[in-house]
Amino acid sequence: MDKTNQPHHISQQFDVELENLRNRVFAMGGLVEEQVKKAVTALSEGNSDLAEEVKKGDIKVNAMEVEIDEECTHIIARRQPTASDLRLVIAVIKTITDLERIGDQAEKVARMGIDLAEMERPRNGYIEIESLGNHVQVMISGALDAFVRMDAEAAVQIAKMDLKVDHEYESIMRQNITFMMEDPRSIKRVLGATWAARALERIGDHAKNICEYVIYLVKGKDVRHTSLEQLEKEVTNSN
Amino acid sequence: MSDSSTPKTHGINIDALKSKQSTTANDVTETALTVKDLKLFYGEKQALNGINMTIPKERVTAFIGPSGCGKSTLLRCFNRMNDLLDDVRIEGQIMLHDQDIYHRSVDIAALRRQVGMVFQKPNPFPKSIYENVAYGLRLMGVKDRRTLDEVIERSLRRAALWDEVKDRLHDSAFGLSGGQQQRLVIARAIAIEPEVLLLDEPASALDPISTLKIEELIYELKSKFTIVIVTHNMQQAARVSDYTAFMYMGDLVELSDTNKLFTNPKQKQTEDYITGRYG
Repeated sequence: MDKTNQPHHISQQFDVELENLRNRVFAMGGLVEEQVKKAVTALSEGNSDLAEEVKKGDIKVNAMEVEIDEECTHIIARRQPTASDLRLVIAVIKTITDLERIGDQAEKVARMGIDLAEMERPRNGYIEIESLGNHVQVMISGALDAFVRMDAEAAVQIAKMDLKVDHEYESIMRQNITFMMEDPRSIKRVLGATWAARALERIGDHAKNICEYVIYLVKGKDVRHTSLEQLEKEVTNSN
Repeated sequence: MSDSSTPKTHGINIDALKSKQSTTANDVTETALTVKDLKLFYGEKQALNGINMTIPKERVTAFIGPSGCGKSTLLRCFNRMNDLLDDVRIEGQIMLHDQDIYHRSVDIAALRRQVGMVFQKPNPFPKSIYENVAYGLRLMGVKDRRTLDEVIERSLRRAALWDEVKDRLHDSAFGLSGGQQQRLVIARAIAIEPEVLLLDEPASALDPISTLKIEELIYELKSKFTIVIVTHNMQQAARVSDYTAFMYMGDLVELSDTNKLFTNPKQKQTEDYITGRYG
């Protein structure tokens, strides 16, 4: 069922409310994306001012989550949405929770950035964290894009990227353990970098969750807690 | 860290969950009514275009759809109410206990004892509350006072009306409120123990509280009776029914588990109607 070109509701006001809801999710998504980007830059460049900005920005992300949640409650109470409208509201409620968590993780990266800025910097300038950060940013924007276009196939592709992110995180872990064993004086700094990498890896998981909500929204199938193969099968089967 | 080969299950057995869902959807073993290629014409105009469906026993099945889609017409076919109208022609079959209810040998009065009906507007008889419920029993020849008393109390209790009327059983039924009258009519319908109860917009003339009482009653009654309800109120269908049938222009578009129909309907027409995109 192609839902991107749905006819209008008889109640135009309902159309307006749903459109408005959608727009607010994308605005929140955009802000969260920006937060992650800034946090990663702050850490890799040792820019504490930028990191402070991220910390402030998280307050706005949290406020947006609360606002959108409230809007969803109003729509449920007043419109009693059904079918794809119901799935949209449910998907939005879940998506914003994950977006808010991504915001928290970005703040964590920023805080690590502030700590690390005061310590000796490695020669590569945390390039591995920057690279991991870039990957999860692609995941976030891809997941949001799949949401906008209600594209379940794209959501599967983005969800698959989480595996690469996981592998990348593992190799950062391995590398950092080596650093700590070689030079125990670096433990504090390397641990900080590891925490940041861990936060980014979690962001990948949250982006994957959003992809699962997109599949639920489009296909009406709950694919949480299933394997990637299963997820892919559900999307291709129901066409 | 998860490996690509191990599914992320978080300890949840998805297959068990899914199989549990499917048993609730398929635990219907018995069928009350089977409709086979039912066509109905009002004069030249065809109102039902070959309906095929089964109505599960002791479950609530709701018919929804826009005005003129044929849902009330179909409901009335189940106890041959359409026979009362001139110029109606019916083809196809409706099976109740392997018996086609449109067969020549069927006694219509006997059929209507098995398939009771309640209408939109409460229509108590101009008699006492007691006599309203006793009416069908008296027609069937029940004269024993104690039997009558028992059945009437039981029926009024089942219709969740007993406590409100037990002290004024011999007052006129017209003294009751609209919601009470409707429950009285339901008590009258179930007093003769039908198998199927047809409800044609039973709550649309009632206030919200009376409506909820009727809905609660429907929920109680389904353990004993097969209920088919026509309603314009989609939320009502969603609240009370186990299965929902969406009809449009004389066709049965979709009949499925109510949970499924209201969250993920198969047909685009159903989707458009229940989300309010119809028209």
